[in-house]
Amino acid sequence: METIMAFAVGGMVAGAVYLFLSRQLLRVLFGVILLSNAVNVAILLVGRLTPGQAPLIGQGQEVLGQGLANPLPQALILTAIVIGFGLLSFVLALVYRGYQELGTLDSSQMRTAEPEDAV
Amino acid sequence: MFSWTGFPVAFSGIEGQLGTFSSLTGPVLVDGGFSVPILAWTCNPKRESPAAAMLTAIGIIFLAAALAPTLNRLFPSFAHWLLALAPAGGFVWFAGQLATVVGGQPVAESWKWVPALGVELAFRLDGLSLLFALLITGIGTLIVLYSGGYLRGHRHEGRFMLFIMAFMGAMLGLVLADDIISLFVFWELTSVTSFLLIGFNHADARSRRSALQALLVTGGGGMALLTGLILLGTAGGAGSLSAIAAKGVDLTGHGLYLPILILLLLAAFTKSAQVPFHFWLPNAMDAPTPVSAYLHSATMVKAGIYLLARLSPMLGGTDIWFWTLTGFGALTAFWGGAMALRATDLKKILAYTTLMALGTLTMLVGLGTDYAIRGFAAFLLAHSLYKGALFMGAGSVDHGSGTREVRELSGLFRAMPLTGVFIALAALSMSGLPPFLGFIGKELIYEGLLTADRPVLPVLVVSILANATMLGAAGLVFVKPFLGAPSKAAAHAHEGGLTLWLGPALLASLGLLLGLYPSILDGLLGQVAASVRGEPLAVELHLWHGLTPALGLSAITVALGIGFYLALRPLTAGLAGLQRFTRFDADKGWDHILNGLDALARAVTGQLQGGVMTRYMAIIFTAMLLLLGATLWFRQALVLPAVDLHGQWVGLLLGIMMLVGTAGAMRARSRLGIITALSVNGLSVAMFFITYGAPDVGITQLMVETLTAIILVLVLAHLPALPKGPDRKPQAAFLHGILALGLGGVVTAILLAIIALPLPMTLSQFFGDTSYLEAYGRNVVNVILVDFRGFDTLGEITVVASAGLGVLALLKARYAKPKAKPQPGPQTGEVA
Repeated sequence: METIMAFAVGGMVAGAVYLFLSRQLLRVLFGVILLSNAVNVAILLVGRLTPGQAPLIGQGQEVLGQGLANPLPQALILTAIVIGFGLLSFVLALVYRGYQELGTLDSSQMRTAEPEDAV
Repeated sequence: MFSWTGFPVAFSGIEGQLGTFSSLTGPVLVDGGFSVPILAWTCNPKRESPAAAMLTAIGIIFLAAALAPTLNRLFPSFAHWLLALAPAGGFVWFAGQLATVVGGQPVAESWKWVPALGVELAFRLDGLSLLFALLITGIGTLIVLYSGGYLRGHRHEGRFMLFIMAFMGAMLGLVLADDIISLFVFWELTSVTSFLLIGFNHADARSRRSALQALLVTGGGGMALLTGLILLGTAGGAGSLSAIAAKGVDLTGHGLYLPILILLLLAAFTKSAQVPFHFWLPNAMDAPTPVSAYLHSATMVKAGIYLLARLSPMLGGTDIWFWTLTGFGALTAFWGGAMALRATDLKKILAYTTLMALGTLTMLVGLGTDYAIRGFAAFLLAHSLYKGALFMGAGSVDHGSGTREVRELSGLFRAMPLTGVFIALAALSMSGLPPFLGFIGKELIYEGLLTADRPVLPVLVVSILANATMLGAAGLVFVKPFLGAPSKAAAHAHEGGLTLWLGPALLASLGLLLGLYPSILDGLLGQVAASVRGEPLAVELHLWHGLTPALGLSAITVALGIGFYLALRPLTAGLAGLQRFTRFDADKGWDHILNGLDALARAVTGQLQGGVMTRYMAIIFTAMLLLLGATLWFRQALVLPAVDLHGQWVGLLLGIMMLVGTAGAMRARSRLGIITALSVNGLSVAMFFITYGAPDVGITQLMVETLTAIILVLVLAHLPALPKGPDRKPQAAFLHGILALGLGGVVTAILLAIIALPLPMTLSQFFGDTSYLEAYGRNVVNVILVDFRGFDTLGEITVVASAGLGVLALLKARYAKPKAKPQPGPQTGEVA
């Protein structure tokens, strides 16, 4: 199972990287979303996959039973999802504002800081 | 002024409290702590000499440097007298140590500086250090006074005093330092202060160039010094020079001997302007004259010589040491002497004769025989005395007549009799004529060469020629400007004030006095020789040695020198050709090196920072791919998984859906199409979480996914559509595709490698065991977030809040826009 997901994560990373390399900032933005998802899946994956059993301590029990899902990666992913969302909002606002100021979404034309003749 | 009897009492309280101080030689800082040693000093009652005296001497000079600008503003007319008290006090203290040191008892003091690395602030005063310390503080005192007169009324006199006093402190630290790191720090400080002093007239482009040149050459040597010293410390098994010497490890047979030698010789040769690093020294004459007199003849350039002498007992005696030092030394000496005859600027003449002296000293250290070492000690002192006097005298001539050009000067003696007398005395010492100290130095040089244990005839010939040029140069600096009929410049020349002739007077007279009564020096110079030799070596100086071969060589030298002076005109014409080949080429070569470096930097920057974001991304991803891939490969972490799809259809389906979403996001051309594809991907991920026992995560993912889709749709409504057609050229698409697949593959390989390892469950076990019993929560994931790792969650909330504020700022804030809205396209870049 983990093997299949390892390949899925690899594929998502490849897609994200390809989008990152685009001149169109919107595609870069989509790459960010894809990369976040890939990383979250990878985190759960390295904590190993257990079908179906959430890490809950049943009534009348005092410690977590055997055979349940690993709780630690889940806590990490929850944090990662929220931060990923914050990052996405910020990048989106940046793209939007950049378009307002510069009138383009093409990163190869955003050369105010590094004009072509300076190189 | 150097009495410290009050301190033990004053600090006994601290000592008592910390309880660790009294048993050690000096104050000890708490382990691992960095503290200013000066605040914690105390005196060791067991020792005769006050334990912090050398540190104090250096500290007071630095303190005077810091106060110099203020003092100069408050008391412009006599600030230099006040400042001169600092080096003068130091001189008195060092002179007071003469008896101890001549008795063969070095004075040492040390503080822990970085105990974790075994670095100390350690000083040690032996014969060699004492001679240097006396020269630095003694000539330093005169230079400070001289500077006061020379720069009177200059707008930046205070700044100048700050620089030169700071240099003095650094130089004193350098010659006293015993710990190798302390030595390096002071060494670099002298380079930096020298840079500031050469570039003192910073409005002049030539000064700036010379200053930078000197800094880069000596700074480069400094790097070699640091590496060399660290290797030396490793090989010698100790952190201080005296300890390395005491351990007596056979360094010349050590495997690291050659690297150590090369690095330390690089440092010494750059600092002391040996061929082929000689070109910066004549250029350094752009500095005000007091700087030339002090740094670039009497002290700083001798730092390299000092280093050679200091290392000679540990590294000397081998063939490579002998031939490198004598060879380069003789070459530098000859070169300097020849160029001195050709120069017409008084300061340049003196700069070249300094090269000659530095070369000779290097040669003498290399020779290493008893006579050579005695000659080294005597010539070192003689040169410092006459060269200091000559430079100050040249400055006075410049000051009084308005020019340093010897072609425009003659008959100055009438207008400037005092300066004339002292220059004459110093020039006679430089010529190596009896009864001056320079004569004794020269005799010993010849004795050293005649007693060398290897065939050095070429070196001897070159040395005779070099010494003969000194006579010619002496004629240029005294006979030509001072005798004969007064020239136009000489007509309105005038003598400077007391401070301008005091220095030359004292130094030049000393050169004569010590020549007449040289036995005064036997004790001190004997200790200098012992430091260079590493074992006791008696020095007995006599003005008259009897009819020795050396005397014969001296006679030849004098005859040659007079010949040189008389045949100056044809000689300089011949030298012009020689000069074209060397100094100017070295100087031009320097420019070529710098220009080449600039061009290289520009080319590299142009390639790496082309200003195109996709290229930056590509570079980053490529680096990532190579580093991760190389690590996987060399750690042999590649794992081939056993693929068993039996009963895995849920996972297979989810994986396929994720990839379908990914492919859709890449392929789709419309924005809505991409958002849909991303949602397919995101929802599959949510399903994945729910399937594998993470319902909380799945629900969060669902919510975020929904929110993302909504926000994207709302924002995209205000943005233009994606352009039709592919967004990159086929070639770029191919390369990007390879890069993307490569990184994806590497990530998969890493995940597979991780999966193949056993999973450490320590943390998960802990959380599972304690979640209910200690934190009273049955949902372990929640308990981790809000309790065990509550601070992480606080950090997460902070990040989200910051992102929110950032979004708000981006959307709401109004910037002061330029009037015309910048046009899209490459011509947007009119940015000041």
